[in-house]
Amino acid sequence: MLSEDALKKIDREVNKYPADQKQSAVMAALAIAQDEKGYLAQETIAAVADYLGMAPMAAFEVASFYNMYELEPVGKYKLTVCTNLPCALSGGVDAAEYLKRKLGIDFNETTPDGLFTLKEGECMGACGDAPVLLMNNKRMCSFMTTDAMDQLLTELRAEPAGAKS
Amino acid sequence: MSVQPILTAGIDPATADATWHLDDYVRRGGYAALRKILAENITPEAVINEVKKSSLRGRGGAGFPSGLKWSFMPRVYAGAKYLCCNSDEGEPGTFKDRDLLRYNPHQVIEGMAIAAYAMGTERGYNYIHGEVWELYSRFEEALAEARAAGLIGQNILGSAFSFELFAHHGYGAYICGEETALLDSIEGKKGQPRYKPPFPASFGLYGKPTTINNTETFAAVPWIIINGGEKYLELGKANNGGTKLFSVSGHVVRPGNYEVPMGLPFAELLKMAGGMRGGRKLKACIPGGSSAPVLPAEIVMDCTMDYDSIAKAGSMLGSGAVIVMDESTCMVRALERLSYFYFEESCGQCTPCREGTGWLYRVVHRIEHGQGRQDDLDLLNSVTDNIMGRTICALGDAASLPVRSFIKHFKSEFEYHIEHKKCLVPPEVQREGSKIYVRPSQC
Repeated sequence: MLSEDALKKIDREVNKYPADQKQSAVMAALAIAQDEKGYLAQETIAAVADYLGMAPMAAFEVASFYNMYELEPVGKYKLTVCTNLPCALSGGVDAAEYLKRKLGIDFNETTPDGLFTLKEGECMGACGDAPVLLMNNKRMCSFMTTDAMDQLLTELRAEPAGAKS
Repeated sequence: MSVQPILTAGIDPATADATWHLDDYVRRGGYAALRKILAENITPEAVINEVKKSSLRGRGGAGFPSGLKWSFMPRVYAGAKYLCCNSDEGEPGTFKDRDLLRYNPHQVIEGMAIAAYAMGTERGYNYIHGEVWELYSRFEEALAEARAAGLIGQNILGSAFSFELFAHHGYGAYICGEETALLDSIEGKKGQPRYKPPFPASFGLYGKPTTINNTETFAAVPWIIINGGEKYLELGKANNGGTKLFSVSGHVVRPGNYEVPMGLPFAELLKMAGGMRGGRKLKACIPGGSSAPVLPAEIVMDCTMDYDSIAKAGSMLGSGAVIVMDESTCMVRALERLSYFYFEESCGQCTPCREGTGWLYRVVHRIEHGQGRQDDLDLLNSVTDNIMGRTICALGDAASLPVRSFIKHFKSEFEYHIEHKKCLVPPEVQREGSKIYVRPSQC
C-alpha cells in the first residue's frame, strides 16, 4: 500500500516516541502518506492505522480533525491563501481573488487540467510577509504581489508532468 | 532609544537565513549557559531561582511567571517527565516564533536543555506549527547538529545529565496552541483541550508530569543564566522582565518583528515599524493577537508595551502580536473575519463554543452584509455571555473578547451598518487601504 520509502520515513517518526506510544507518530505518518498518494483515501488511512497498531477510526479522527489533510483528491498543486485579518489588511483577500481569476476557479475547486486546487487558509504564522500562500502544505510563499503570483504559476506549469515539488 | 537585543543578538537580517547553524550560534556565544551550568555544577534549584528573579513571563500569551511554572514540577518522581515547547504559532498576527526558529533554532534547543536540567526531565518535544514546514525541517537539522556535538542526548558534555529532544509537527489546527490540546496532539489524537485540574505538571504528556513553555520563553533562558535574572529584569520594567519580540502586522510601512524592552511606548514601536502606511491615520490596534480586545487609537497611543499597561487599558499583551488598522478599515468587516476564524477553529468539544462561535459569525456576517437587525448588538453580547467562562479552554473567551470590544469601542459603526445597510467607510477607501501591499524594497 505505502512504498518502502514512506514506511522508512514513518519508522523514523515512530522512533521519536516511547516504545509503547507508536500512535504519537500518526500525524507525521498521515502527512507522509498524503505526500505519496496526493490525498488520504479511506484505505490509505486504514493502512497507516494498521502499520501503527491503532484503530482505523482513531486515525480517521486525526485525518478529519486537522485541516491540512485532504480526504478528497486535490490538484497537483494545492495553493492555500491566508485571508485572516492581519493578512487581509495587506492584501490577502485581493491575492486570493487574483488567483481565482487567473485560475478560473473558486476556493475548494480544482482546475480542469488537474493542476491547481485553491484553498482559503487560516493563520500560518507569517502575517508580516502578507500576502502569503502555502504550496502543497510544505512551501511557504511570501510577499505575493501579482507579479510574484504570476511567476509562481509559470514556474509550476513548467514543471514536468509527474514531478512533485 | 537604546535597545539591547537578547533573542536576536548578533543576527544580521541580511544574512540571517544562512547563520542559523551550530557553529554560527556558538560564535555568538551560544551554548555557554548550558556549559556553565554543567561545568560549575549549578544546582537545578539555583537555575529555577535565577529564572524566578528575572520575572520572565510566558511569551505564548498567558504571561504566567516561568520560574514559578518550573517549580511546580515534582522534584522526586519515579518515572518519565516531559518538557514541551509550544511552537504551534497560529494566533492571528503572531509570527515571532517563526523568526526564532528560522534564525536561531539552537537558542531554543539550549533553552530547552537548561529547562530540562532544572526540572529533571529526560525527554522533550518541540511542537511546530504545520504550516511552517520548512522550519520543522530546519529544526530537525539543528537537532542533528546538537546531537552530534553532544549538546543533547545521553550524558550531555560528559556530565550525568541526559536529555533527548525531538520535533513534532502540527497539521493545521489553531486549538493545538492550547497546551493540553497540544499534548493530546502529540499523543496522536484530535487536539482537544483537557479539563484542568489536573494540570500538566502532575498529569501531562502520556499522563506524566509535563511542563510546556513557548518558544520565545525558552529562547530567553540562556541569556538569563549567563547574565543573571536581575540584569534581565532591569532590561524591562518591574514585574515585566526583559525584552520581547513584537510582531507588527497590518497597515504599517514595515510589518515585521521588533525586539524591544518591555515597557516601550506603543508610539515608539509604531515608529520602528515605519509608521502608518500611505499617510493614513491610525484607527485601532489589537495589541496582543486576535484574541485580545481591540483598542481605539487614542487609548493605544497612551499605552506602553508590557503586560500591566495593556491590561490596564482593557486588553491583553497576549503573544505580542500587534495588528494595526488605519482609517480605511471597516471594523464590522474586520470583526467578521475574526469571528469566522474562531467558528472555523472551535474544536467542537464544548457546546457553548461550538454553537456560540457559529452564532457570532453568522450575526456579524449579516450585519456586514446589510441584513442586520436592530437588536443584533444585544444578541451578540448575550451570546458572548453564554460562551465566556462556560468552556473547557480559553478559545470561547478568545472568540468573545473581540466581539465585545469591537462593539464597545466602535458601536456607532455597527449601528450605521444596521441602520443604513452599508458601511461607514466607503468601499473604494477600504479597497485602497487593504490592497496587495508592495513593500518599498519590492518596488
